[in-house]
Parts: sequence; structure tokens; C-alpha cells
Amino acid sequence: MSPWGTIILRDVRLAYQGGGALLPLIFFLLVATLFPFAVGPDGPLLAKVGGGALWMAALLAALLPVDRLVAPDAESGVLDQYAVRGLSDEGIAAAKIVAHWLGFGPPLMIAALPAAALLKLDGAVLGRLELGLAIGTPALAALGVMTSALTLGLRGAGALAGLVMLPLAVPLLIFGAGALGPDGMGALKLLGAAALLLTALAPFAAGAALRAGRD
Amino acid sequence: MAARLAFDRVACLRGDRLLFEGLSFALEPGAAALLTGPNGAGKSSLMRIAAGLLPASAGTVERDGGTAFTGETAALDPRLPLADALGFWARIDGGSSEDVARALDRMAIANLALVPVRMLSTGQRKRAALARVIAGRAGLWLLDEPGNGLDTASIDRLAAAMAAHRAAGGIVVVATHQPLALPGAVEIPLGARR
Repeated sequence: MSPWGTIILRDVRLAYQGGGALLPLIFFLLVATLFPFAVGPDGPLLAKVGGGALWMAALLAALLPVDRLVAPDAESGVLDQYAVRGLSDEGIAAAKIVAHWLGFGPPLMIAALPAAALLKLDGAVLGRLELGLAIGTPALAALGVMTSALTLGLRGAGALAGLVMLPLAVPLLIFGAGALGPDGMGALKLLGAAALLLTALAPFAAGAALRAGRD
Repeated sequence: MAARLAFDRVACLRGDRLLFEGLSFALEPGAAALLTGPNGAGKSSLMRIAAGLLPASAGTVERDGGTAFTGETAALDPRLPLADALGFWARIDGGSSEDVARALDRMAIANLALVPVRMLSTGQRKRAALARVIAGRAGLWLLDEPGNGLDTASIDRLAAAMAAHRAAGGIVVVATHQPLALPGAVEIPLGARR
């Protein structure tokens, strides 16, 4: 196996072993549970705004693991060891994005099923939500790793991470929630474009941050 | 094993402090270098420059034959058993579990192979980090304070491992405060100019 495959496998294993992959899921389901309490048990109203609420929950769930994505490897010297072996920082960032998505994207899409039931979303909206999450979660994972690398070594990195990441995720939220309507194909395409752009740029930004943080 | 490390008029500037400048040396296969100097003289910075982790402020560094580096941190996953944590690096270096078993044996920690890394003592962790270097196939070993926390028997094992590596054509660079058997090593004193 190439070093990249080995690195991705390790990161995925650590995410599932440490229970870190579970935390965003529980948070996502918790929001879906709390939302009807706040808005009231009015079925049609929940069905109307529930999809957007789930996108918000997905965005905030993506923020939760940000402070644990890169920092442990920086502290334990693993990143230095990668660099000594001549593995590129961009490659490491890309591997971390893939690994993070594997521990975050699919579980979130599965959790969206019970969450949709809690918010009385109908089948068609659920289908469009799942499609949107499939397109959008890689970009959320990429943003998470990028933010984690950018805030590496800063005090209060967790609080800062939200300020860095959430504005960049606004296009995903707009087009993701926009794609929930019956005429959402256009928004879905724009969601794809925004996700592609973020996912393509993030490894370079994160790689540059890792390089700058090494001293 | 083809290894080479050459510094050509290298300078290191940290903040606004010049740690050293005009440092030149070349190490051929089988050679060793011993970095000495007081705390803060720039030994670890020189190590990081040699490892490519820090850019030289001036001058050029040539490196050949793969690099293995060990500093303050062991870079081993705390939750994994020692053999698995070392196996990860062995796979990245293109090695196998046999390389790991051999390295564990060399540092006399084969009995700890199944113990999670977080349960190891400081000295055992240090030996594990050295086992990571031994298990790799790098020609150039950069060891920053490898003797810290080691008992005398382990220091002898480290000396034997370094001698074997040099005999096979490898290069060893050591920064240390402790006496370490490194026959024929070039001494590079730092911090002497002030």
C-alpha cells in the first residue's frame, strides 16, 4: 500500500476508535430532537423549515471535531515525521480530508434518516437532503481540516475556528438548503460547484498552513 | 547504503538571535557527527535544519539516502500497542513487521510489543522512538538527545545500534549532553563564538 493509503487508514481508525466520529452525530441528532421543542409540534411547519434546520445542524456538527483534526498529530511529532520522510504537506492535508470525510460524511448521511423522521420531512425532501449532504459533506470536511491547520498552535483555537470556518461555509448552506425545494436542481448544481471549489482549494491552504506552522 | 549530509556555510537565525553562521561540514557513508554546546546554542535547530524541518537562513544543505529523525516527541499513537504504532511507520517506510520485530529486539523492548504506548515509561518511550529509527531504512540518522531517560544498558544498546548502522554505510548525527560512545565522530561545537 502507498504511504497515502496507510495514512488515511490510520486516521480513519483513530477517528472511529477514539469515539471522535460519534460526537458530531450525536450533536446532529440532538439538534433534530430539540428543534421541534423550540418551534412546536406543528407537522407542516416542521416539514417546511426542518430541512434547513438539518443543514444548519450539519454545519455546526462539522465544526465540533475541528480542534482535534490536526493538533494531536502536531503535538506528538507525527507531522514532523511525515515531513522528514518528504511527504508533501498538501498531500498530508488531502489525506486528512479524505480520512475525516470517511469518519464524518457517511455517518452524518445515515443520521439524517432518523433526523428527517423527527422533523416530518417527506421522502422527496429527504432524498434531496441526502443528495445535498453527499455533495456538501466533502467540502465541510475539507473546510474542517483547513481551519484546523490554520488555527494550529493558537490559544483559543476552538473559538477562532468557528469564525474562520462558518463564513466560508455560507455558500454550502445557501445552496444546500436551496436545493431542498421541488425546483432545487439549479441550487444543487451550484452546491456542487461551491463544494468542488472548497474541496479543491482546501488541501493547498491547509498544506501552506502546516508548512508555515513548522518551526 | 548511500548516505550523505553536507552543510555549506549554513546560518540559523531564530527571531532576531543568530544561533550560528558559516557552518560547513560534510559527512560521508560511515561517518558520525557529535553536536555539543550549552542549552540554547542551536543544537536542536541544527538538527531540524538537517532534517529539512526548518529552512536554513543562509547557505545550503544537501541530503541523500533518506532521513530518520527523533527529537523530544516519540510520534507514536498513544492508544495503539507498541508494535502496531511502530508498524505504521514501518509501512510508510516500505518495511514490514519483521523490521519492527528486529528493531524491538535491538532496543530490548520486544516484551512490550503488545503494551499500549501510553502505558510506557519515559525511558521505554525513548527506546521505542529509537526502535522507529532502527526499523526504518534511512541512511541518515538524526538523533536529538537520544540518551535522555535511558539507563546504562540501553545506552550501550544505542551505541551498538549506531555502530552497526555506520558499519553498513549509514551516517549518524547526535546532539547530546551525555557521553555516548561514537568513535571517530566529528565534533561540531556550537555556541562557542560568544
